[in-house]
Amino acid sequence: MSTREYIRERFFPHLWCPGCGHGIILNGLLHAVENIGLKKNDIVMVSGIGCSSRISGYLDFHTLHTIHGRALAFAAGVKMSRPELTLLVPMGDGDALSIGGNHFIHACRRNIDMTAIVMNNRVYGMTGGQYSPLSGYGTYATTAPYMNIDPDFDVVAMAVASGASFVARSTTYHIKQLTDVLEAAILHKGFSVVEVMSQCPTYFGRKNKEGSASEMMERFKTRTTPIGSREKLADSSLIERGIFVNREAPEYCDEYHNIIERATKGK
Amino acid sequence: MGGQVKFVQGNEACVEGALYAGLGFFAGYPITPSTEIAELLSARLPQKCGIFMQMEDEIASICAIIGASLTGNKAMTATSGPGFSLMQEALGFAVMAEIPCVIVDVQRGGPSTGLPTKLSQGDVNQARWGIHGDHAIVAMTASNHQDVFSITVDAFNFAETYRTPVILLFDEVIGHMRERLEIPPPGKLPLVERLKTSLPDGVDYHPYLPREDGRLPMSDFGGVHRYNVTGLFHDMWGFPSEDPKVVYGLMRHLTDKIEHHVDDLTRYREYYTEDAETLLISYGSSARSALHVVMNRRQRGERLGLLELQTLWPFPAALVREKAQNARYVVVVEMNMGQVLQSVKSAVERPDKVSLANQVDGTLITPTSILNILRIIQGRGV
Ligand SMILES: Cc1ncc(C[n+]2csc(CCOP(=O)(O)OP(=O)(O)O)c2C)c(N)n1
Ligand code: SF4
Repeated sequence: MSTREYIRERFFPHLWCPGCGHGIILNGLLHAVENIGLKKNDIVMVSGIGCSSRISGYLDFHTLHTIHGRALAFAAGVKMSRPELTLLVPMGDGDALSIGGNHFIHACRRNIDMTAIVMNNRVYGMTGGQYSPLSGYGTYATTAPYMNIDPDFDVVAMAVASGASFVARSTTYHIKQLTDVLEAAILHKGFSVVEVMSQCPTYFGRKNKEGSASEMMERFKTRTTPIGSREKLADSSLIERGIFVNREAPEYCDEYHNIIERATKGK
Repeated sequence: MGGQVKFVQGNEACVEGALYAGLGFFAGYPITPSTEIAELLSARLPQKCGIFMQMEDEIASICAIIGASLTGNKAMTATSGPGFSLMQEALGFAVMAEIPCVIVDVQRGGPSTGLPTKLSQGDVNQARWGIHGDHAIVAMTASNHQDVFSITVDAFNFAETYRTPVILLFDEVIGHMRERLEIPPPGKLPLVERLKTSLPDGVDYHPYLPREDGRLPMSDFGGVHRYNVTGLFHDMWGFPSEDPKVVYGLMRHLTDKIEHHVDDLTRYREYYTEDAETLLISYGSSARSALHVVMNRRQRGERLGLLELQTLWPFPAALVREKAQNARYVVVVEMNMGQVLQSVKSAVERPDKVSLANQVDGTLITPTSILNILRIIQGRGV
């Protein structure tokens, strides 16, 4: 199946700005789905609200475009009811970690088999460029005209600490790695978190004088490094890419199945 | 096989009703006075291969039941005032995306954390207008456990018939009081099952295209038809649209599908309404006090009657107007500052004949309080 068959052409043109990183993530995701050989009917995509979350409408899966920050909670209901389905949950960084932060950490803890993709552009795109919990100290945004003093989260560290059984990070520059990481995340049985550093030239780029989309992507190339690389030892400010955690842990749907066995035993 | 007789709390009667109706998925977060519903379902649902989830909060709970419903499950959550407030945004999503589900609100005194263990009927208007934006909603209540059971079954049936969330507004007395409940044998009460599309694979399915009878056939997530569900205004495929014709059409559809079926959606009880000179209108546990007054006064020859509403929204205005037509006085008995009062006033021909007998101190309204009000409005002094 070609990746084009996963797309709802009726839904195009998409609403993303020229140069937006979200389309690259879409591309990587479709290649991952194609490589695994998933059938369209077996995939449910649940998203929240934001530029990132519009990704669900463009894809010919069962798609659920929900409310801001709650995608993981909706997805939990779908997956628990139909554990045989593959759940993909793309979210913006504000969506996942600000308004949805509580659902995010509890989803990591619970370990329901699904793949959470945090499309991290360090800004609220859809509402016009306000700072997000991932913008970071010293950045500028429409609500931080004098400079942002909110420190940022490290999505990876937060997911690891909350107990996610698969945690990875990649960028829109590293499309091959991104595809591989997404493939591994989808195949992983348990809750997977993939942070993808994505560019929003329209707001984050412009406010922070980061130049064009390609210059922003260039920065993903020079400011990141594979996990445990020698470069990281030399420069601790580099951001690591790759798979940080990939471990077996009791999966929630399976565990619930055991509960049903206990409850029905002797009946 | 005959029915089963139990001595239960109202919350348990609600659980029995939900299981009778075919509940398959429950997600919730504990809050007094609704908690027993979650506790009982955590034991009962897995025995029926159903799913119980305790979520991180009420927002997650209602979101999870919407997700579960989309796969074809009959789904429910239960909460109380503050939790119900948290659910409003997702409740609006269920209205907009037309997802059948049941939300139980066992009311407590508010605003805020208010009176956790005391009673109130203060969420009637929250049920009606808690969601932002214009919309229609279905909300029902009951005053005894047998009715809690059957109204809960009705709630699931309405949710499936109209593809809508249905709110059950009980109160603390109903939730916690113990009473006899006769569970009818399976098959005795009719159950509405989800209307599934008969379109085969490969045929373009429109999830939001009503049939001639107004019902919208659904397709389970994970089935052969893939479609988009969104809280944005959307066309018949579920694609977002800002086309004024589409927006207006959907708004009308969402409103009309409920407002045009008030008769079907209305459940009520009446006692001596035919010749009532004074008509009491009440619901939930306050209707029990009102009924007590009516029964006592009838024995003395006073022409008192009671209209007990079980469907609060959509408001059965025509029914209220008809029953109040010949009454000289209409008294709304409720445990809030007059939330149903306003709807009764706008329903009847002479709003000036409508008064309120209320009690808002966290205790059950007594027959004496109702009688005091009656004396005043009947011009007899206290
Ligand atoms: C309850 C609620 N609060 C606020 C909003 C407004 N809102 C829409 S999208 C968004 C943030 C989007 O940012 P992000 O999640 O990072 O995604 P992006 O658009 O950058 O891809 C906000 C605040 C909303 N829709 N709902
Ligand atoms: S505002 Fe930013 S995130 Fe949104 S589409 Fe444009 S570039 Fe992408």
